[in-house]
Amino acid sequence: MFGWEFPPHILGGLGTASYGLTRGMWECGDMDITFVIPKPYGDEDRSFAHIIGNSQVPVAWRDVDRDYVDARIGKLMPPDLYFRLRDHIYADFNYMRTNDLGCIEFSGKYPSNLLEEINNYSITAGVIARTLDFDIIHSHDWLTYPAGIHAKQVTGKPLVIHVHATEYDRSRGKPNPTVYGIERDGMIHADHIITVSNLTRQTVIDHYGVDPAKVTTVHNAVVPLSPELLNVENLRQTKEKIVTFLGRITMQKGPEYFVEAAAKVLRNCSNVRFVMAGSGDMMDKMIQLAAERGISDRFHFPGFQKGKQVYEMLKASDVYIMPSVSEPFGISPLEAMQMGVPSIISKQSGCAEILTNVIKTDYWDIDAMADAIHAIITYPALYKQLREDGLKEVAQITWDKAGRKVIDIYNKVLGR
Amino acid sequence: MKAICFNFEIHQPFRLKRYRFFDIGKDHYYFDDFLNEDIVTRVAHNSYIPACETLLRMIEQNEGRFCCSIAVSGLAFEQFEHYVPELLELLDRLHKTGCVEFVAQPFSYGLSSLVDSEEFAAQIAATASILRNRFGIEPKIVRNTELIYFDDIAPQLVELGFKGVLTEGAKHILGWKSPDYVYTAASAPKLKVLMRNRKLSNDIAERFGDTSWPDFPLTADKYIDWIAATPQDEQIINVFLNMETFGDLHPGNTGIFQFLEALPRFAYERGIEFITPSQAVAKIKPVGEISINHPISSAGEESDTSAWLGNSLQNEAFDKLYAQAERVRECSNRALKRDFQYLQACDHFFYMNTRNPGFSPYETPFAAFTNYMNVLADFEMRVKEEFPSQIGNEELNSLLLTIRNQGAEIETLNKELASMRKSVEQYNIEHVKRDELKAKAEPAEKAPKKAKAPKKAVAGKTAAAKKKSEK
Repeated sequence: MFGWEFPPHILGGLGTASYGLTRGMWECGDMDITFVIPKPYGDEDRSFAHIIGNSQVPVAWRDVDRDYVDARIGKLMPPDLYFRLRDHIYADFNYMRTNDLGCIEFSGKYPSNLLEEINNYSITAGVIARTLDFDIIHSHDWLTYPAGIHAKQVTGKPLVIHVHATEYDRSRGKPNPTVYGIERDGMIHADHIITVSNLTRQTVIDHYGVDPAKVTTVHNAVVPLSPELLNVENLRQTKEKIVTFLGRITMQKGPEYFVEAAAKVLRNCSNVRFVMAGSGDMMDKMIQLAAERGISDRFHFPGFQKGKQVYEMLKASDVYIMPSVSEPFGISPLEAMQMGVPSIISKQSGCAEILTNVIKTDYWDIDAMADAIHAIITYPALYKQLREDGLKEVAQITWDKAGRKVIDIYNKVLGR
Repeated sequence: MKAICFNFEIHQPFRLKRYRFFDIGKDHYYFDDFLNEDIVTRVAHNSYIPACETLLRMIEQNEGRFCCSIAVSGLAFEQFEHYVPELLELLDRLHKTGCVEFVAQPFSYGLSSLVDSEEFAAQIAATASILRNRFGIEPKIVRNTELIYFDDIAPQLVELGFKGVLTEGAKHILGWKSPDYVYTAASAPKLKVLMRNRKLSNDIAERFGDTSWPDFPLTADKYIDWIAATPQDEQIINVFLNMETFGDLHPGNTGIFQFLEALPRFAYERGIEFITPSQAVAKIKPVGEISINHPISSAGEESDTSAWLGNSLQNEAFDKLYAQAERVRECSNRALKRDFQYLQACDHFFYMNTRNPGFSPYETPFAAFTNYMNVLADFEMRVKEEFPSQIGNEELNSLLLTIRNQGAEIETLNKELASMRKSVEQYNIEHVKRDELKAKAEPAEKAPKKAKAPKKAVAGKTAAAKKKSEK
């Protein structure tokens, strides 16, 4: 599998989903999974998959001894593997910037030279593909499609690509042509395409011109929360109700609709506060919008939350809201449900396809959104019903079911 | 002789319009007139009108041998007046044949029987008065909303003058018993209970158009065969259906009207008759009593009230609504009283069902709940305005309670007084009688005493004489 993010070092939903799915497939048994990421830190959970970091894969031959390798990267990769990989260098990459082990450095993030990093990822993937023995290639998201194609061309093994998001979702319909090109290339070369929702499947079919028979939806799931996270301290200081938005404050997430809905609610209710946690290019605009609507005293921007903070935030919330304009899946409402927080989601998000115990509105329907917020904070029965049935529902959405579906797709592709 | 007892239910709720929370306190009209008109006229033309016409033909063709019963909710009556008055004329014609019995039911088709007996009585009375005004009849049979029935309401129904009640032949109540008999209510032996034959009713209601059903297609011939095949001593087959079954649930082109129309011919061939609930109650001897502790209904496999009161949303809305009942009854605002009727329709609660959502004008049960609660919030405010603002909520409640308690107390005191009077009279009568007896007895007693005394004296004298003589 080629991926870009892997817990605990994650930047978005991609890492969480890749981890959950890999683990779910491993739970189904009889799977030997290698997961390639640009830059491992050594604290990843390796119990169910071999993790190879591109930043430890040599692309230029260096004469180093075993002890040196072990000392340098031993906690990230077994030295034996390093030497096996070194035996499969397929071209002279000395012209590239490589380190003392002949490896290319990766940031593992989304740097400004992202396209270059994607290319480097593909180069190292070629070495990995020539070294390891495997049956199928699985690429997560457009960043790793070139690597998948490369591996397929080298080995002739079938390629499955996993579409967690498309450029259409990220850009609200005005895609960056380079990214679109990489995505479409991946889709054309893929033997099968997995999408995280029917919404995304439709985008893939409509905007990328892919044969519908080649595209299957496998909805994401969630990993059950640890008791430690479930029982995080409730930091709430006030008796007022709290409505929370958690996520990148970007065009895709529809933050302005949340501000407008909040303004509507505040016109009629006073015992409620709104929180927009996260960061993004639209944050300043949102702060300004809240001020224009005259609700800044009740609309808060605590900034980017990570790790435990996310769960503390949820714990203190009465309503979770995700008004995304276009959300391929959207795992965060499921996490809110796990924490027992009733959720309002837009119908334009993929998770709306599988969730029933949430309130769904159109992202542009701020009246409906305001009404839903008001209802949850005013009518205790609704809060209770959504909370309890939501907990039950989300407990059923497990990764092993998704993993089973992916394995079925593998078998189909392999003709077994 | 076997007989089929048909009952057709006609009900249409006033569906609510989309009512946002910012409308609370500003907009006091809650109903979606366009949607209601659309649905009512559509269902009337697809179902009610052709079904009534079919019934009319069946009566005419069989020269009055065919008969059945119909129940219409007050809300349906009101909407027909607005949107499809021709249907009411058809009902008039059906009534004039004398072969159709109209059965009483709660005006709003609501669930008041479960919590508020006073409201329930008022609801039944309201429908009864429609039937009285329109057809000049006094209903003798009652059918509660969705055939809900339990022991507690039986005495009340008798008090309201009903001789029979229609309910569901719930499996968990009947057990080994058959619904095809007349029963009496355990808590009020005067009240007869007719229980729906679930299988034969649902063969039409649920399975008629189901092509995957092994018995598809259902013909009148086959259906009557099944009825004829029931044990000899089972005399009454209760088939209670929603009128929408004909033409709406199963469209006219499935042949369901022809099926209905053909039933009498095949029935008479096999010696099966038709009977109205009143006739059944009068003619057929009950075989035993039936006791139902928890409410049963015709909804779902469970046959209980969980379709309307199965989750916390439904219960919350229901409790909030009936918390207003007392005050609405006390006030005289007609619009408020009307809205209270309309809000009681059980359909509103059914839309909030999260377990197996059925037909609903809402996308989700949560939307149904939110909308209803918003309406209710405005309604509550209006109810409050009806009462002087200086009287606090609790104060008013306690006052109302006192008044009610006083009423009850006066009644019991009156009763006591009456019984005291009676006993005093009794006492007086007895006293007089006793005096008379005494008066009679005294001379009689005195006489023997007088007789005795001389005797004793005589004896004493004789004894003395004896002693004397001995000396």
